[in-house]
Amino acid sequence: MTATSPTQANGKMRTGMAALAFAAGMLMMGYAAVPLYRAFCQATGYGGTPRRASEAEAGGTRVLTGKTMSIRFDSNVDADMQWSFHPVQTTQTVTIGQRSLALFEAENLTDHTITGQASYNISPQETASYFNKVQCFCFTRQTLKPHEKVRMPVIFFVDPKILGDKDVQDVRQITLSYTFHIAPKA
Amino acid sequence: MASIPHDDFLAHDDGHSHHDHDHKPGFFARWFMSTNHKDIGTLYLIFAICAGLIGGAISGMMRAELAHPGIQYLGFFATHIFGQTNPSFDQTLHLWNVLITAHGLIMVFFMVMPAMIGGFGNWFVPLMIGAPDMAFPRMNNISFWLTVAGFCSLMISPFMPGGTGNGAGIGWTAYAPLSTTGSPGPAVDFAIFSLHLAGAGSIMGAINFITTIFNMRAPGMTLHKMPLFVWSVLVTAFLLLLALPVLAAAITMLITDRNFHTTFFDPAGGGDPILFQHLFWFFGHPEVYIMILPGFGMISQIVSTFSKKPVFGYLGMAYAMVAIGVVGFVVWAHHMYTTGLSEDVKMYFTTATMIIAVPTGIKIFSWIATMWGGSISFKSPMVWAMGFIFLFTVGGVTGVVLANGGIDDNLQDTYYVVGHFHYVLSLGAVTSLFAGFYYWFPKMSGRWHSELLAHVHFWVFFIGVNMVFFPMHFLGMQGMPRRYPDYAPAFEKWNHLSTVGYMVMSVSIVIFLINIAYAFIAGKKAAGNYWGEGATTLEWTLSSPPPFHQFETLPVIGDDHHH
Ligand code: HEM
Ligand SMILES: [Cu+2]
Repeated sequence: MTATSPTQANGKMRTGMAALAFAAGMLMMGYAAVPLYRAFCQATGYGGTPRRASEAEAGGTRVLTGKTMSIRFDSNVDADMQWSFHPVQTTQTVTIGQRSLALFEAENLTDHTITGQASYNISPQETASYFNKVQCFCFTRQTLKPHEKVRMPVIFFVDPKILGDKDVQDVRQITLSYTFHIAPKA
Repeated sequence: MASIPHDDFLAHDDGHSHHDHDHKPGFFARWFMSTNHKDIGTLYLIFAICAGLIGGAISGMMRAELAHPGIQYLGFFATHIFGQTNPSFDQTLHLWNVLITAHGLIMVFFMVMPAMIGGFGNWFVPLMIGAPDMAFPRMNNISFWLTVAGFCSLMISPFMPGGTGNGAGIGWTAYAPLSTTGSPGPAVDFAIFSLHLAGAGSIMGAINFITTIFNMRAPGMTLHKMPLFVWSVLVTAFLLLLALPVLAAAITMLITDRNFHTTFFDPAGGGDPILFQHLFWFFGHPEVYIMILPGFGMISQIVSTFSKKPVFGYLGMAYAMVAIGVVGFVVWAHHMYTTGLSEDVKMYFTTATMIIAVPTGIKIFSWIATMWGGSISFKSPMVWAMGFIFLFTVGGVTGVVLANGGIDDNLQDTYYVVGHFHYVLSLGAVTSLFAGFYYWFPKMSGRWHSELLAHVHFWVFFIGVNMVFFPMHFLGMQGMPRRYPDYAPAFEKWNHLSTVGYMVMSVSIVIFLINIAYAFIAGKKAAGNYWGEGATTLEWTLSSPPPFHQFETLPVIGDDHHH
């Protein structure tokens, strides 16, 4: 074997360590993708994530009288959760830009208290960035005592900018879908 | 290419001048604690051949089941091969998912990657750059045994409960939620863990190659004089280094979602299953190039050798690989066109994907330009290499078809995609592996294979694989979905032909094994540079097989090298 000089050994160590640092950096990037992806979805409505709007934003939106959109409400419950969960109205025609209220009804069918968390989705996904929720039961957890039955509100509006987007111009109905899951223990 | 006139060498005949140093350790120490790059390369090649035979046998079961519509053999396989007692019909069908998962994972992680990078990379990168060994020989050993451990973990998984039935039925892509809430049971954990092990081994290997190539080139061998095979392994090592950790992150999230109540991919806790697909394909697309780039490198060496000309456009060839590697990181969502991307995003990914076809085309044209006007000798590696160029091009063309977001809406998850990726892998990557094998086998073993058998092997293989995979394009265009053990009777004709093709192909594998046996039993001794004039890289200056330790005095590369 040719004796490796100390400088060559150092060079190897340096390159090896730099490469290892690269790999470790990419591993962290993999994890960093989780919060980045969530922020990206919320900002862009990607994957059907609706936007959350403040009361102030809702108040400042122009109401387009005469322009309407049909909203369909859909509800699902996780297979291992014994709640019944339904929209009070299946569809609703709203004026674009106007704040509207929809109601959902949930009932705990069991003899013990269950805390649930709803996840939500908009379809077609391209309209998600124009669907703004001002208030929603899905923003927080909901706890129902045995056989308790409640009505839960969603306040939302459809952003008038939707009319200027060529990808979704022909959309006449937006579906807002919820799925209730048992809330993971905090 | 660095061609080495003999007088450039200060000392090239190590085999004789240092005979007394050329002692080898005993059997156990040599093969189990090996730190010698050539021995580790040999271990990788043997391992890859074994894994390939197992993965190939599994695809045989799949082709048998698909020969006719209906469920014929799965129950038999479940009881007789996988030792299940009285499996229900659902458990029998689950076995199908287990088979496709095992086949994909074995072929990708335990056949192609170990053969290309671990096998030929270990053997020839140090030889071609005039280095005595890899930079970190002990880590090299760990890389290999981690790969073996990963394979064992994968082999245990079919015998563990995996949800519906025994084994991990999650596809090689392991999409959540099928791989999380959809498949309880340790089988899936074993399968995922096998990727952790093999991935860790590959990352160590990548670090080793990068360090070796950057620090241990012989005096005078600048980066721009490195043989293209070394370039290809360098680019591959970078892809591994950047892509595999992302896979590691994604599958670690799978493991914690499955076992430790995290919800990375579970909407109930605010996660999103689509995120898994993004992470997987951010790794997955570079991964497909990891599987083919070293093949590109080998084909360049072979085409140049047998055309007796330096490769046409050496620098273009090297930087085309770099370009493929770089662009390969920004095209991943072409695997996700049907997940609800917006038009604009689809347009971007369509364009970016098509751009990859440009450097790929540069490579294909340069190989053809190298052959053009050369005095070609049709030795077996050359025939395999020409087969590669043809078959890979077919796969590249169907890739460009699939790159169109609009067309892919119709073809996604059909047999067309299966046809596409088998043309680039089973017919592309595997053909390049056989080309490299016949090119270097006498160098590695010191024995000649039978050239006649190598040619017969090629033709039987070529006919067989085309019969297996070409009809899949028709099936896919007619709408046959992938990943099911059953299909509508209308698809029977092409499926049956495909299964017959499998039988033809498997004959060629028998010929291959006979050829290896022949070489060791009756093969003639191979000279140092048995391909003669066209073979100009440094490994040809050594004996066949090379001495246990080579280049104890480093070769010096002169300035007069033409590319
Ligand atoms: C010209 C270059 C290429 C282009 C434009 C291309 C394009 C594509 C596209 C768009 C898909 C997704 C199809 C779908 O799922 O609907 C795909 C799938 C695939 N490609 Fe390629 N490809 C190219 C080369 C390659 C190469 C060189 C390899 C490997 C050596 C490869 C391996 C694969 C694999 C394994 C899949 C399927 C993965 C899976 O869904 O399981 N491709 N390709
Ligand atoms: Cu891809």
